[in-house]
Amino acid sequence: MTLKLRDLSLKPDLFGTGHGLCAGCAESVSVRQILSALENPPVVALATGCLEVSTTRFPDTTWKVPLIHSAFENSATTIGGVDAAYKALVRKGRMEDRPLTFVVFAGDGATYDIGFQWLSGALERGHKFVYICLNNEGYMNTGIQRSSATLLGAWTTTTPSGDARPGKPEWHKDMTKIIAAHNIPYVAQAAAHNWKDLMTKVRKAEQADGPAFINVLTPCDRGWRFEPEKTMEVSQLMVEAGLWPLYEVVDGKYKMTGARQKKRPVMDALLSQKRFSHITKNADDATIAAIQAKVDEEWDALQALCEMSAAE
Amino acid sequence: MTTTQKQGQKPSSGITLPPAQAINGGEAVAYAMRQIDPEVVAAYPITPQTFIIEKFSEYVADGLVNTEYINVESEHAAMSACVGATAAGGRAQTATSGPGLALMYEMLWVASGMRLPIVMHLCSRSFSAPLNILCDHSDVMGMRESSWPMLIGSSPQEAYDQAVAMPTIAENKSVLLPVANVLDGFTVTHSVERVEVLPDEVVKEFAGEYEPDIWALQPGSTATFGTLDANDFYFEHKRQQVEAMKNSLEVVRTQLNAVGEITGRPMNLVEEYLMDDAEIALVVLGSSEGMVRAAIDQARADGIKVGMVRIRLFRPFPVADVRKALEGIGAVGVLDRAIAFGTPGNGLLQDLATSTRTMPDRPLLMDFVYGLGGRATPKQLFRQAVDEVLNMNETRVEPDEPAYLGLK
Repeated sequence: MTLKLRDLSLKPDLFGTGHGLCAGCAESVSVRQILSALENPPVVALATGCLEVSTTRFPDTTWKVPLIHSAFENSATTIGGVDAAYKALVRKGRMEDRPLTFVVFAGDGATYDIGFQWLSGALERGHKFVYICLNNEGYMNTGIQRSSATLLGAWTTTTPSGDARPGKPEWHKDMTKIIAAHNIPYVAQAAAHNWKDLMTKVRKAEQADGPAFINVLTPCDRGWRFEPEKTMEVSQLMVEAGLWPLYEVVDGKYKMTGARQKKRPVMDALLSQKRFSHITKNADDATIAAIQAKVDEEWDALQALCEMSAAE
Repeated sequence: MTTTQKQGQKPSSGITLPPAQAINGGEAVAYAMRQIDPEVVAAYPITPQTFIIEKFSEYVADGLVNTEYINVESEHAAMSACVGATAAGGRAQTATSGPGLALMYEMLWVASGMRLPIVMHLCSRSFSAPLNILCDHSDVMGMRESSWPMLIGSSPQEAYDQAVAMPTIAENKSVLLPVANVLDGFTVTHSVERVEVLPDEVVKEFAGEYEPDIWALQPGSTATFGTLDANDFYFEHKRQQVEAMKNSLEVVRTQLNAVGEITGRPMNLVEEYLMDDAEIALVVLGSSEGMVRAAIDQARADGIKVGMVRIRLFRPFPVADVRKALEGIGAVGVLDRAIAFGTPGNGLLQDLATSTRTMPDRPLLMDFVYGLGGRATPKQLFRQAVDEVLNMNETRVEPDEPAYLGLK
C-alpha cells in the first residue's frame, strides 16, 4: 500500500485550527495525519485528555468530523455504541449504508490504565473501529503524573526523583502486545516523527476486517522536559534507541516496519529529555543500565516473534 | 395491582388485545422492549435484573428485533455504549440494579448532561456492603439528583405500561433526558402475574422512532458531542437541565395518560387510595403499596380514617400533585426504603418535608424506615405505623428520629 503525499495534500483538513494544544505537542500533528490517511469519512470518539480539552471547548470545536466525547475511560465502548447504532439504523432502513470509519483517540492513561477494561471488552466483541492511543507516557493533561506507560526512571509529579527513589520504579506495561493477544486483525506501534509509517498503518487499520489498534508515540515537550522544537527529533531518538520499536501485527504476524531502529544506546534518547536528568548526570547510573538491559531483552524477543512470523 | 388497574377491562380505544401473559416484571419489561425495538440494547447481567436481558437476548436470538444487543463487560460500559449509540442517532436502552447502577454512576450524569434520551430499567436493589441482592431503594435514592426523570411502578403490569411510555417521555424535544423505569427487585422483577400486553403494532405506533435533530451518524454531520465547558458555560447548561426536568413532569403526565387511554389502565403521577375522607395517610414508593393497602384496609375496618399516597413519578418530584393529595391531612407517615446516612431525614421524608413546608396547614411528618436489604415487612407493621401516625395527629408532636419497622 502506497500513500502519495501529493494525493494527501489535496484532502481537506479535518482537524481545524484554533486548538489549545501546547506548542511542540505531537498530538495535533499525528491527529491531522491520521485523519488524512483515512479513506472513509470518520466518526470519532475522544477520551478525556489533552486532545479533548484542547479541541472541544464550548462553543468552539477544532473538529470538522462528527465527534463524541463522553468520559475518560470509555471511548472504546462509546464508539462501540456508535457501531451498534449504525448497524441497527441500516438494518431498519432508517439510514443508508455508507462507508464510514469509526475512530477513537485516547491517551495512554485512558488506554493502558483507567480504560483498559473498556478497550479489552470492545476488542473482544469485535466492534469495527480504529483505536489510536496517543502515547505520551504519562498523564500530561492533569499535570505530568506517571502512567503504566511511563518509562523506568522517568521523573513525573507522582514519581519525583528523590534520594530514596530515582523516578518511576517500574518497567512499563507492554500494551501493544497485550492488545495483540486479543487476536484482532491489526495492531501496530508507530511514532509521531515517521509520518509515512504512521499513515500507512492507519490505512491498513482502516481496511482491517475487525478492530484495529495503533499505539502512537507522541512525545510531550512539557512532560518530557525538552524544547518544543525538538519533538520530532526526540520521537526519532526514541525509535533509534530501541525504546519504541516500530512494528505491526497483521493477523497475528509480527513484522518490523521503518528503518533506523535500535541503532543507538538508550542513553542518547534519555539525554534528550530532562525527565531523566537525575539519572543521565551519571553515565554509570544503575537505572540506565537496567533500561538498556531490558530494551535489549525486549528487542530480542520482538525480533524472535518477527522471525517466527516470517517463517510461518 | 392498584386501585387504578382494572385488569381484564377492555381498552377504551377498542383494540383487540393479545392474550394476557403470565409473566414476571422482568419479562414484562423485555416484552415492551421487543415491541419498541430500540436500535441498541447494552447491558451487563446483575441480579435481579437478569430476567430482562435474558428474555431480550432470546428475542435477539430468534430474530424478533432489529436491535444490536451489546453484551458489555460492565454496567459502566453499558451506559457508555448507550451514550455512544444515542449520540450516534439510535434509540438505546439498558437495565441494571443496585451495585450495577453504582458502577455506572459517572455515566448517569454524562447521559443527562449530554441530553441523551436513554431508557434504563432499574430493578431496585440494595447497595453493598454487606453484599445483599435483595430489594430496597438505595439505588433509587443514589441516582435521584442525576437529572433523570424516574418512574416507579408497583407491579409487572405497571412495569410494562411504563416501559411503553418511557421513550416518548425521554425523547420529547422539551425534555431530552434519560429516563428510569424503576421496578422493585424480586417483588416486581420476579413475581409472575397476569400482564395484559398491547398488540405490537399499537406499541410501535405509540413509541414511533427516535428522531433527533442532531446526531453523529447524520450524513454531513460535524457536530461535537460532550464538549468541555469551563466556568463560562457550565452553569448555563446545568440551568437548562433544570428546565428540562421541569418540562418532563407534564410530559410524563401526558404520556402516562396516553398509554392509559390505550390500555384502559389510567396512570397518575401520584396514586391515591382511600384519600377522599382520610385524616391521616401513609406515603409509599413502589411495590410495597400492596401490603400498605392491606394495612390501610385493616385500619379502616378498625375505624381509622387513613389513606395511602403512592408516588409514581419520583423525579421530578410532583410537588403540586403531592400537596393536592395531602390537602387537609393532619399527619403523614413516610415510608423510606433506604437510609440517607447523616442527613436530617431520609430521602422520601426530605421530599415530603420540602414539598409541604409552605402549605398553610401542612401535615405533620413521621419517617419509617423499612424493608432494607429485602427484609419483608408484614402488614401488621404497616398497621402499627398507622397507629403511630394517628397518635402523632393527636399529640401534634413530630418525632426527630425515624422509626425502624421490623428491625430485630
